[in-house]
Amino acid sequence: MAPVLELRNITKRFPGVLANDHINLRLEEGEILALLGENGAGKSTLMNILYGLYEPDEGEIIIRGQKVAIEGPADAIRQGIGMVHQHFMLIPVLTVTENVMLGDESTYTPVRILKRDEVAARIRELSEQHGLYVDPDARVQSLSVGVRQRVEIIKVLYRDANILILDEPTAVLTPQEADELFEILRSLRKQGVSIIFISHKLREVLELADRVMVIRRGKVVGETKTEDADQARLAEMMVGRQVALTVEKGPAQVGDPVLNIENLYVMDDRFQMVVDGVSLEVHAGEVLGVAGVQGNGQTEFVEALTGLRQVRGGKVTIEGKDVTNATPRELVEAGVAHIPEDRQADGLVLRFPVADNFVINTYYKPPFARGWRINRAAIDEQAQRLIEDFDIRTPSAYVPVSNLSGGNQQKVIVAREFSRPIKLLVANQPTRGLDVGSIEYIHQQLINKRDAGVAVLLVSAELDEIMGLSDRIAVMFHGKITAVVDAADVSKEQVGLMMAGSSLEEALKQAPGRSDRPIEAIL
Amino acid sequence: MDESSVSAGASESSNVRSKKKSSNLTSALVVPLLAVFTALVIGALLIAFTDPAVLTAWKNFFGDPMGALTATWNSIAVAYGALLSGSLGLVEIWKALGVWLHGGGTEALSVALVPLAESLTTSVPFIFAGLAVALGFQGGLFNIGVEGQLLVGALSSVYVGYHFPGLPIYVHLPMAIMAGFIGGAIWGAIPGLLKAYTGGHEVITTIMMNWIIISISAWLLKVGGPMSRGELPITPEVLPSAQIPQLFSTQGNRFHGGFFLAIVVAILVYWLLYKSIKGFEIRMLGANFKAAVYSGINVKHLWVFVMALSGALAGLAGTVQALAVDRWVGMGFSGGMGFDSIALALLGRSHPLGVVLAALLFGTLRNGATRMQSVARIPIDIITIVQALVIVFIAAPEIIRWLYRLRQPEGEETPVFSTNWGS
Repeated sequence: MAPVLELRNITKRFPGVLANDHINLRLEEGEILALLGENGAGKSTLMNILYGLYEPDEGEIIIRGQKVAIEGPADAIRQGIGMVHQHFMLIPVLTVTENVMLGDESTYTPVRILKRDEVAARIRELSEQHGLYVDPDARVQSLSVGVRQRVEIIKVLYRDANILILDEPTAVLTPQEADELFEILRSLRKQGVSIIFISHKLREVLELADRVMVIRRGKVVGETKTEDADQARLAEMMVGRQVALTVEKGPAQVGDPVLNIENLYVMDDRFQMVVDGVSLEVHAGEVLGVAGVQGNGQTEFVEALTGLRQVRGGKVTIEGKDVTNATPRELVEAGVAHIPEDRQADGLVLRFPVADNFVINTYYKPPFARGWRINRAAIDEQAQRLIEDFDIRTPSAYVPVSNLSGGNQQKVIVAREFSRPIKLLVANQPTRGLDVGSIEYIHQQLINKRDAGVAVLLVSAELDEIMGLSDRIAVMFHGKITAVVDAADVSKEQVGLMMAGSSLEEALKQAPGRSDRPIEAIL
Repeated sequence: MDESSVSAGASESSNVRSKKKSSNLTSALVVPLLAVFTALVIGALLIAFTDPAVLTAWKNFFGDPMGALTATWNSIAVAYGALLSGSLGLVEIWKALGVWLHGGGTEALSVALVPLAESLTTSVPFIFAGLAVALGFQGGLFNIGVEGQLLVGALSSVYVGYHFPGLPIYVHLPMAIMAGFIGGAIWGAIPGLLKAYTGGHEVITTIMMNWIIISISAWLLKVGGPMSRGELPITPEVLPSAQIPQLFSTQGNRFHGGFFLAIVVAILVYWLLYKSIKGFEIRMLGANFKAAVYSGINVKHLWVFVMALSGALAGLAGTVQALAVDRWVGMGFSGGMGFDSIALALLGRSHPLGVVLAALLFGTLRNGATRMQSVARIPIDIITIVQALVIVFIAAPEIIRWLYRLRQPEGEETPVFSTNWGS
């Protein structure tokens, strides 16, 4: 039987880059094909070509044995292709039904009233058929991220798509939501929908897909059935060399407390108390991992610790010195390094050259400042050194940092924060959106800092990251720290349960542990 | 590691840097130059096709095609010829140079230099005002209040200029200039303070500050008002001890020392922005507000500083015009110069050198347009249209790239003015 979709020799050039180099792809009916590759490998370009957002320079697209020209998303939809973007294309103030209708509004003639009820009925039908469980009358703004993604899927199914493209769909989901998504996708597959699933997470690719295609630097470098593949081999194909998937680390040499947080209260922009009486202590030479699903107050918690948000109550000290509501500059002076959650918004000045980004929080001090003047020579000298030491891939120190890949941008931040003596490192989602190679590197750097006696506060929604790096784990749920445990005492499943709201005791009882110690001893 | 290898690495990198810079410079110049050229071409068509003689000739195009083309050409040639001779007068200067070299007097030469000198004179306040807007853009602030700030600068400096008789010029003139500088700074700092401590957007507040000073000046200058000159609704004349000296005695040549002040100030602004710690902060604030906060900059203080300095530069624009050229202030003193300066800061890409070049262009066009009006009877508004077109092309560079089949340069910096405001 002919494949549902075939791409032949797709080639796309951008100025200076060969984004897709004669790519061939086959998608069978009722199959989940994973497209695996690092950021910038060309996965998204290929899918954008398929969806009509880019025009290929060469190659052809064949759908059900027929050659087609796709000149825009409208053509793609007509051919039964639907795409769920990483960033949702939904209007928050409208209802689910209205969002689904948008762009395809059917109306009663002659007065052109929207057929809301008919569409809502169809949504209920689709919902039941695929186990999507979405209320058609709910406003999108009231829905959780996971449900919003289902609305996107319904939007696509409503337009009768039978080829579904999902671009990094789990990036925004909690582990539980991701599991639910996988269930939905398996059910769709059973009903004959063919799915292309873009990802750079090895574990979920192996869990979900039937077949994996690995893309590196615009070329297909490998294709395999998932049952024949393992993580290490896929990672190697993806990066082009052997990668360490887990960080080698010795036992922590725990020293004196560095950061002490007592009863911290912080509000978000809507004046909700989202950090609700948090107390924590981080010692020199240890990694304290704060685990939690996005939106449980971690963002505001970190902002308060780094001087970007006002502390409403409580006390923060570093080595006994009160730094509650200190300014970012005072904290830098006190030896705090901060790897911010949103590197492009907070951590970098994208228009500035790489060299200048190395000094955005130290430019006012010698040797970079000489009186009122900027000392270019010192900045240039440091830039050359850091680019070399941290292996930052950039044509020169003077191109805007926006030209660098995400992984290299993050390396710029890490290099900058590690270029001065520090006592405390606050890292918020330090590897979000990065490829395997960069993740390995950043993790190793964090552990090196720990071993050098720095207190590391790691905040992450990636369970693997928390489990792999932390010496102790604190779970944050609804603005409170619900548990602090030794990392060795708990399993991934148990932390996952706590992230979803279980207490430590419940989690220890419900899921298999990894510690031999009795529950009572851990509690 | 030995020292020589370090220095070799550094010099290699500075080569890369200078290469990169020069290619940036070309791409930064191409679009503005083509924008000006295209605007002048369209201006030429407007001149021709609003000329009754040309229109009559075209009605008879099939009878006499050459006649129609000749009439069109003549119309444009006369107009732009007048524009050129009225703004630069290079042919006249060449001839006068000849006379002088062959033993003739210098009178002819000094007369021939008048148009060029006048163009430079007209450019002077544009340089200051353009720098004021550019500084704001660099710091992510849109100062629309230059119009008002330069009026405050002119009023303050003129007040000091006529109110303190008996001072020597080396005391009185700096005093008057400082008064204009400080007046503008205060008028600029107010919107800065409002932004920093109440969140009031500077686009709104600077426009309102314009209205406030325009109305206050109407009261100050009305007949019998606190700053009026007896029966006239203008200020008294600035005392000679507070006048910026005009350097030539030729009739109609008002070229003055303020031009050199403008160049010095432009160099200082360049130094501030690109060589100083403060400038690093200003550019960071303009490029990424959140990163500026993260880096520990006191954003509120910096907003006030940038607005005050921007206002001060605007104040100097009014000051030099009042102390060197007009020597008094009346209603309508600024005549939209503050708004033109926004346009020329955009044209100059908010870079001090670009601003100086753009100001020279605007001054030349303005000055030549006056001559064009008297010789070729082309309304001065044509030049206003040309200026407006230049800005349209700068703001929408895709038009120029499409017209001339230019490639989008890779990794081009987005112009500074597209950040922050309007959101």
